[in-house]
Amino acid sequence: MKAIVSVVGSDKVGIIANVSNFLADRDINIDDISQTVLEGNFVMMMMVDLSKSTAQIGPLKEELETLGETLGVSIAMMHERVFGAMHRI
Amino acid sequence: MLYTPFEIKETVDMFLRQKLDIRAITLGISLLDCASASGVESRRRIRDKLLRIAGSLVKIGDEIETEYGIPIINKRVSVTPIAMVAAASDEIDYSPWAETLDGVAKELGIDFIGGFSALVQKGIAPGDRRLIDSIPRALAGTDRVCASVNVASTKSGINMDAVREMGRVIRESAALSADRDGLACAKFVVFCNAPEDNPFMAGAFHGPGEGDSCLNVGVSGPGVIKAAIESCRGASFDVLADTIKKTAFKITRMGQLVGTEAARRLGVPFGILDLSLAPTPEVGDSVARILEEMGLESTGTHGSTAALAMLTDMVKKGGVMASTSVGGLSGAFIPVSEDEGMVAAVRAGSLHLDKLEAMTCVCSVGLDMVAIPGDTKASTISAIIADEMAIGMVNNKTTAVRIIPVPGKKAGEWAEFGGLLGGAPIIGVHDFSSEAFIARGGRIPAPIHSFKN
Repeated sequence: MKAIVSVVGSDKVGIIANVSNFLADRDINIDDISQTVLEGNFVMMMMVDLSKSTAQIGPLKEELETLGETLGVSIAMMHERVFGAMHRI
Repeated sequence: MLYTPFEIKETVDMFLRQKLDIRAITLGISLLDCASASGVESRRRIRDKLLRIAGSLVKIGDEIETEYGIPIINKRVSVTPIAMVAAASDEIDYSPWAETLDGVAKELGIDFIGGFSALVQKGIAPGDRRLIDSIPRALAGTDRVCASVNVASTKSGINMDAVREMGRVIRESAALSADRDGLACAKFVVFCNAPEDNPFMAGAFHGPGEGDSCLNVGVSGPGVIKAAIESCRGASFDVLADTIKKTAFKITRMGQLVGTEAARRLGVPFGILDLSLAPTPEVGDSVARILEEMGLESTGTHGSTAALAMLTDMVKKGGVMASTSVGGLSGAFIPVSEDEGMVAAVRAGSLHLDKLEAMTCVCSVGLDMVAIPGDTKASTISAIIADEMAIGMVNNKTTAVRIIPVPGKKAGEWAEFGGLLGGAPIIGVHDFSSEAFIARGGRIPAPIHSFKN
């Protein structure tokens, strides 16, 4: 399945590196990535492919949240289809 | 990137900050094939069928929640009105059916099971009579069973004999749960034009016109609508209406996705999607606060009915565009105890029962979770119900009454129901009697505009 990982918070060195390493360690491929500043917040989005992931989705989400806490940002992961349903007709 | 950063942030914020969720996935199951001359046999069939069809409901709900990142707050089951199923037996007391449903609900791990119900808008059959008489005991003796009675419809008029009975049933239910502020009444709804596919409790039942089983989904999201219209402060109603409609569209699309996926995994047909702004007692999950965001100082003041009318209509329009199977109640709920903003409005003195009744003309249901003084007469409760049924009947809409006469408490005191049901200040009712009016019985005929054949 494809999912979207969003990272929102204040900008600092190493956010992308940390999140990318975390995903690589679990064989999760990054298909697409973009980064911008929205309403004063650092916002990064990744489209990831979980088909070869070595981690189960439940624990994976919790670990991502924990990683976010250590980096001082908010990290969320949701199924790609949710965004398709809401924003594409 | 397939989606823009703005789109992604908007969606993520809806779930993380604005408390968007699937309020309920409700599996409707027909029990018409569980009727038997033996009550014991009937209840055995019911238990077997419910466990067979709904056995994996909670597991599948949890899986989808994890996989999609969408909170699914409640997993529930609705069944055929029990009066229709139990009528084949010669038992007088139907509360054992409620106990069976309660036991199954606990085994399945679901929070509510709805359908201890009767449809009596035109007349009361023997099975309906027994069910109505069993409601107080059934509700006080169980934890997760919800009951409802449809006493009126636009096509049939108002069954005033049934309305009179409802006042008595509500008083007795309150008395039997006096130690919990009359909690049993919070699990009982009196309807006009009850929808047969409503996924929301306490009024959910699986209508006799439905198939063997189907999955209905209730989506909520008052916080999302409020956040969306915060961006149009000072703008005209056209802008406001359009913003609500677009947001409702997005929420409904999400609900459709989850509903069809859950139905597929359960192996049952997808029924309907009910987009209802259903508040919870949590801050940030209130319908009243949406009305106030539109420019009202406190809900209940002049303008509240107009604000709610527009909100309900725009939610429906956005929802209908987004899904071909919108049903149930779809609109905005205005329960008192379940909405932090409504509670604040009652406390502030801006919201009274009469204004609340006016607002039910344009909301998607009716007088909901209203605590009234414990010494309110049964005939007064029946008269409150009659008014609400008349609104539904004449306006061709669903209306409902879920009212709690709180034993031993007076207007202004606090009643606590706990959890999602919340708590509320007790609202005063008129002291003038409706006794002779309710004593008449009979039927208020259907309105002239019901004859559309």
